This record gives sequence, structure tokens and C-alpha cells, in this order.
Amino acid sequence: MQANTDASGGKAKFSVGSVDVHYGADHAIKDVSIDIEDKTVTALIGPSGCGKSTFLRCLNRMNDTIAECRVDGSVLLDGEDIYDRRVDPVQLRARVGMVFQKPNPFPKSIYDNVAYGPRIHGLAGGKEDLDAIVERSLRRAAMWDEVKDRLGAPGLGLSGGQQQRLCIARAIANEPEVLLMDEPCSALDPIATSQIEDLMDELRSRYCVVIVTHSMQQAARVSEHTAFFHLGNLVECGETGQIFTNPRDERTESYITGRIG
Amino acid sequence: MTNEHIASAFDGDLEEIQAQLLRMGGLVEEAITAAAASLDDLDVERAGKVRAADRHIDDLEEQINLAAARVIALRQPTAIDLRMILSVIKISADLERIGDHAKNMAKRTATISELPPVGGLSFSLRRMAKAVREMLSDALDAYIRRDAELAEAVINRDVEVDQMYTSHFRNLLEHMSAHPDSAAACTHLHFMAKNTERMGDRVTNIAEHVVYLATGERLDAPRDKGDLTSTDPSLAPEGPDDAGESQ
Repeated sequence: MQANTDASGGKAKFSVGSVDVHYGADHAIKDVSIDIEDKTVTALIGPSGCGKSTFLRCLNRMNDTIAECRVDGSVLLDGEDIYDRRVDPVQLRARVGMVFQKPNPFPKSIYDNVAYGPRIHGLAGGKEDLDAIVERSLRRAAMWDEVKDRLGAPGLGLSGGQQQRLCIARAIANEPEVLLMDEPCSALDPIATSQIEDLMDELRSRYCVVIVTHSMQQAARVSEHTAFFHLGNLVECGETGQIFTNPRDERTESYITGRIG
Repeated sequence: MTNEHIASAFDGDLEEIQAQLLRMGGLVEEAITAAAASLDDLDVERAGKVRAADRHIDDLEEQINLAAARVIALRQPTAIDLRMILSVIKISADLERIGDHAKNMAKRTATISELPPVGGLSFSLRRMAKAVREMLSDALDAYIRRDAELAEAVINRDVEVDQMYTSHFRNLLEHMSAHPDSAAACTHLHFMAKNTERMGDRVTNIAEHVVYLATGERLDAPRDKGDLTSTDPSLAPEGPDDAGESQ
């Protein structure tokens, strides 16, 4: 059995200490501390409005883009505070990639979608190098065989599940260390969902993956650690099997058994 | 925690399974009492009813298993709901086995009634059966109330049943030595005592499932054993009934 507050059995990729988030007068995240382990999938669950997406967005400073949002506390990535003034959020987001609820490919070709990040970050030495990055990223996103003969076709012409995997390939192309996924399957059918979940199983050998999901069954299927948020508090965090068979906190129990929404 | 699910049909499913389990428990309690009483009173007709009633117990176990499988498939229970479904499956299996033991006891009553009477020994069996039935009754109460403490108390009482069994075993040996012509009846009585002792073990299992249900933790401390018949050299080796069924 694991302790409640620390999901990390091994080395923490993220070490979050006493984080508070305010949207104007609204106190969205309340004194949350958690360690997130590298090379594992951590699922954030909780009812709508509990703060799980807000918390996820703290991990790559996506909240910076919201004017009235204020983040206090410390978020350490490999021991370095990502809210330090010297940290460039654009560089940070290359290290901490993100995949959103609704697949959002650029209105460009499949190739250019994946090549976009490496181009702006200058990761590729030349055309051949870029080709290699695109192929590797599409392979890691488990879609190379499906699209290798039509790399020039528009990304928006793909099916929803393929678009989402394209977005994952686009995130992977930047050689990130962390992948944040905000309900990546909620717009997908069950088959596409299974494909993404299967992909996550692959991804965790290489990346630290943090997923926000409304599907508790998905959290149970894909994650090693589960953190339950409620009303802005991190109520409980632990090994996923423990959380789903014997949660420590009554609020967790009520939520996962379908007694509170 | 609020007790009701947002999906109220889920509550209905769980309540129905729980009601079936308690019906089954009631039938098994009655079977234990009737099996021991019919022996003590040499009431062959009542013993026959115990054998007939066992079919209902088996049917209920089957229904409970089907209903539990359905809940797992349709509702994906977690946490307390998952532990409830798991324990219902296991408890119903233990109840079914207790029912079998009662049936096996009842089968011998007709045979024993044909043999020369063995004074007093069937009464000690009745006392043992009463202790087991009370343990079962408390274990089922503990189940309903999710009461781990009461369940642990039940577990600790099994040692008394084991001691009664050991003492009964000793009495049977003495009786057989003194009255060799009673060997047949005493052997039957021994099997019946062993049936009762095994029921106690099954009730202990049920109580352990209740502890898991209530706390989410398995008990792992070894219990005292009051049954010395297989280890005490002053007592003869026990019957083959025990073979292949260990805890």
C-alpha cells in the first residue's frame, strides 16, 4: 500500500509544493502538493470544476495565457522551478508537451503538422533529419503505417482518432520529457480510444505522462497512479489499484463508486 | 459517504443480491440446526427435509453468482461496491459448502437410527452445531452492518468449536473402546462431528470476507487451532473426510 500524498515510488519528475491557483476571486486550486513520477502514467480524476484541468495546465504554464489567473507555490521540473522568471514558457512547453480534448491539427499537411515544432525550435539539421523526426514521431504515435503514403495530405482530413494521434505525434516531435493530456479521448469513439490508450502504454516507457480524464475506467486502465481532486483540493493520491479497490478517503470512495458527481 | 448511487438502478441491483445472500444464509442456519436436531431426536423425516432443502441453497448460490457477474459486466463496480460483489461471491460459496456439510450430516441420521443408540454423544454434537450456527448468525450480522470487529470476534470463536470437536473425538474413541459394537454408529458420529467442525471453518472464512469488505484489508495473522486430533499423538489419526480440503 502506498502513502496518500506521494504517488511517486521512484524519482519525481514533477515536485509540486503548496500550489494555489486563483482566477480573480475564484480559488480554483487549494494548497496542492504532489510528486509525479517519471516514466509512468498519472491520472487526475474528479468531478467537473474540481480543478484537475487547471492543475494540469500549471505543469506547463498554460495558465499564463489567462490574464486573471494567479499561480502561487512551487512547481519543480527535475528540481527546477518552472515559474522562475528566467524560464522561457515556450521552451518549457517544448519539454512539457500537451494534447487537448478536441484534436486540433494545424490546417497543414500531415508532414507539416509534425515538422512544425522541430522547425521553430530548430531541432532538425536539414531536410533528411526532419524527415527522420517526422517518421519517428509518427511511428511512436502508432500511425506511420496509416499515413506514410499520404504525408502531404491535410491533417484535418484524417479521422478523429487519427487527428488525435497526429497531435500526439506533433507533441512527441519536440522530444518532450512530459506529455500532458487533457481528456484526450473524450471526442473519440471506443476503437480510437483503445488505440490512444494502447499508445499511452507505449509512451510511458519514454515519457512522464499526466492525463486528465472524466472516465474513471480509463484512469483505471491506463494509469499507475491516480490523483483525485475535489473542490480544488487534492483529496487523495495513490497507486491506481489501491484507489479503485480501497480508497482511503470517503470523498474518493463516493466519487469512484458513483455516489457524488 | 452518501449511501445512494447517482444511478439508483445500481442500488437496486446490489440490494437484490444482498437480499438473496441473506435468504441463503437463513436457509443454511436452518439446515445446521435441523441437521443436528434431527440426529439428536432421531427424526428421520426432518433429516430428509434438510437434504431436500439443500437444492434451494445451491440454486441461490447460482443466482447470486449470475447476478454478481451481471453487475460486474454492466456497472464496473469499484471500491466498496467491488469489495461487496467479491465478498458476496465468496460468502455464497462458503454458505453453499456449509449447506453440503449439513446435508451430509442429515444423510447419516437415517443410518444411525437403524443402529444401537449411543447415549449422550449426539447431544454434544448438537451443542457444537449450535455454536456454529450462532457464529454464522453473527457473521451475517457483521456482514449487514459492515462490522469488522464483530467479524473478528466470530473468527476467534472458531477455536471453541475446534475444542468441542477434539473433546467429542476423544469421547467417541473411549466409547468405541468400551463398546466395540458401537463402532459403526461412532464412526458415523465422527464424520458428522467433522462436518460440523468444517462448517466452523467455513463460517470463519465468511467472517474474514466481512473484514475485507469492511476494511479493504485481508487478515493475515495465523489463528489458534483448537483441533488437536491430527497432531496430538494421544488421539488416534482422524478420518479421511478431512483429506483434500484444507484452509
